[in-house]
Amino acid sequence: MSTRKTSEPFWWGLFSVGGVVAAFLVPVHLFLHGLAIPLGWISISHARMLALVGQPLVKAYLFLLIALPLYHWAHRFRFILEDVGFHSLRAPIAVASYASAVAGTLATLWVLFRF
Amino acid sequence: MMTAPGSGRPGLYYPKMPSTWWLRHPAYFRFMMREVSSVFIAIFLVVFLVQVHQLSRGPDAYAAFLEMLRSPGWIAFHVVALAFALYHSVTWFNLTAVVQVVRVGERQVPPRLVAAATFGLWTVLSLGILLWFLLRS
Repeated sequence: MSTRKTSEPFWWGLFSVGGVVAAFLVPVHLFLHGLAIPLGWISISHARMLALVGQPLVKAYLFLLIALPLYHWAHRFRFILEDVGFHSLRAPIAVASYASAVAGTLATLWVLFRF
Repeated sequence: MMTAPGSGRPGLYYPKMPSTWWLRHPAYFRFMMREVSSVFIAIFLVVFLVQVHQLSRGPDAYAAFLEMLRSPGWIAFHVVALAFALYHSVTWFNLTAVVQVVRVGERQVPPRLVAAATFGLWTVLSLGILLWFLLRS
């Protein structure tokens, strides 16, 4: 066993929280924004949607909904690649995965601050 | 602390396996599908973020984006992604019910009951969000 200090618990914590958010909230939002709204089963005008996203609470909700599951993805994606045999690229895969999640978080902030 | 001779840090041993090992057994396959669900969820979230961004760009950009999502390819993607998202929820709730020990007084609440309560909360939450949008349509 290595006794080195690692950032593993930090990323694992985000993985776990992201997993909870994804489990509770993603299916219904995927149904709404991927199918129901584009197909017109539920029709909400642009103006109405814009007013909704303009609310600070809705913004905070969207931030957590989008950003946290990205860390869940990063953690799992990293181990998918390891599990199919990319052992020699262990460190770069980990860095690239978590960095992508951080980039996604910044992009989410950027999009939400434009409202 | 024991270390491997001649190295500062013990090496990790990886058994040699073909990259398709997860196709060999239904349980391995289910494990891999559970892991892969995160990829579909992440793609959806990125597409959703773009949708929110188009909303801020104005009615025309937003309408054009929704038009794109109506194409057969995107519909197929979202149907498949929804199946994966539901699979993530079910496996996650079943797993956490076992890992998370809930006690009432001295007694441990059976994991099955914890799972049932979580599934109930999930259903109520999902229907609530759906209704919230329906009332605003």
